[in-house]
Amino acid sequence: MVNVIYRSHDGREDAVDLDEGTTLMHGAIHNGIDGIEGECGGSCSCATCHVYVEERFIDVISAPEGFELALLEGVACERRPTSRLSCQIIASSRIEGIVVEMPERQY
Amino acid sequence: MPAPGLVIIGGSYAGIQMAASARDSGYQGSIHLVSAEPLPGYQRPPLSKTFLAEPSPEYGVALRAEAFYRNKKITLLLGSRVAQIDRAAHYVQFANGEVLPYDRLGLATGARPIRPSLPGVDLAGVLTLRTLEDARRLHGELADQPRVVIVGGGFIGLETAASLRKLGHLVTIVERADRLLARAVSVPLSERLLSEHLDAGVDVLLSEGVVGFEGESGRIRSVITLTGQTLDADIVLMAIGASPRDELARDAGLDCSNGVVVDEYCRTSDPHIVAAGDCAVHRNLHADGDYVRIESVPHATEHGRTAGRTLAGASNEPYAAVPWFWSDQYDIKVQIAGLLHGETSMVRLGDEGSFSIVHMKDNRLQAVESFNDPIQHVAARKLIGKPIGLTTDQIGNLAGLSLVDITEAA
Repeated sequence: MVNVIYRSHDGREDAVDLDEGTTLMHGAIHNGIDGIEGECGGSCSCATCHVYVEERFIDVISAPEGFELALLEGVACERRPTSRLSCQIIASSRIEGIVVEMPERQY
Repeated sequence: MPAPGLVIIGGSYAGIQMAASARDSGYQGSIHLVSAEPLPGYQRPPLSKTFLAEPSPEYGVALRAEAFYRNKKITLLLGSRVAQIDRAAHYVQFANGEVLPYDRLGLATGARPIRPSLPGVDLAGVLTLRTLEDARRLHGELADQPRVVIVGGGFIGLETAASLRKLGHLVTIVERADRLLARAVSVPLSERLLSEHLDAGVDVLLSEGVVGFEGESGRIRSVITLTGQTLDADIVLMAIGASPRDELARDAGLDCSNGVVVDEYCRTSDPHIVAAGDCAVHRNLHADGDYVRIESVPHATEHGRTAGRTLAGASNEPYAAVPWFWSDQYDIKVQIAGLLHGETSMVRLGDEGSFSIVHMKDNRLQAVESFNDPIQHVAARKLIGKPIGLTTDQIGNLAGLSLVDITEAA
């Protein structure tokens, strides 16, 4: 299991344990965490699972490319260097304890 | 006996969202989410795509975790088929005779694949694809069955063709219209997708129909076409569209017209009953206010949200979500924002590898079809229905124009 902390835009934190291999988008949806929509079901089509990843993990997670990179142009809230789509981040021991911050809105 | 609360029939995207939105907007009573399927709502889009190559386990496709239903105090009644709605007495009756009273009722019954009554349609190996069970059956049949005929060149047909071609099957698509996706996309996009499928080695028969099926020992062997061809087939997938599951509503006397008719708050002709998603027809702003029935996950979710707020008696806004669609075929991502509805003038932005077809009506952006062009798609979703202050000609004349620039200016 991989511990992941979802932080809402107003600072509320939910810590959940995800199975290795689960995406952080699915982890949020399956645990009923508000703030990530994941409308397209994780097919990298919609840009409604935008998160800001904790800076210390930015080099551990592979850099966005292809569709993800393009979709990040269209996120509803500010795009930052730490912006990622959570459907493209896979839970693994390398990101144990990561805090992902959710933007105020996804639309 | 507790007071009757909300009963929602249908446990997929629209039903789940209806239940969640009712709870999130302050509804305090009981919520029963009733599904005829044996397991909680799951993701349908992968079933015609990645699932066929590699079926995921149940937990891998669940839309929501058990904790979600528990936290929101939503009671799931699975494997429960509702046989009738008694509007006067305010209860639903199940196939086994049991009843469940309601204060307000939500219909999210979805749609079912059309299975025409053609000779031989009941042969083993003639399949449809809608549910997880359907996808498992199709996957289970694939081994040692090289030749697949897909009847229907819509999204399900094309996605399945791409998935099965990638797995090495010999795939033939039989489409009644003179082009693929005729009801959903413009001619240029149709043509491009046709050439992608042909390049991938799919046989595509356009302006061709199916009149029957022939078998051997009860199993499909060939498809007989309108023009008299015999196509050898080990498996046939019927993918000619879906019809709304509105029979419960019709039997109960609700207004129906190829779906349950609802207003902009998802209310049916009975003030205590709402409907949303694939089973409902509504006047859509993005279709000039005409009645439409939209089959897509984003619509089911957004419509369910509106219906859930109505069920809860919460403050609500008329349904106005911008419809959007996506489809993955091979390495292609097609995304459509808005509805192709009525006459539009169109202009194409981008190059062969990545482009968008922009449809304008007057000076409003009516729809944008994107082929491997997600940036324009995401920008378009923010602009659909809005006057963008440019004519089609002006858009076409601006080299390298991106809808993103317009979004930022708007």
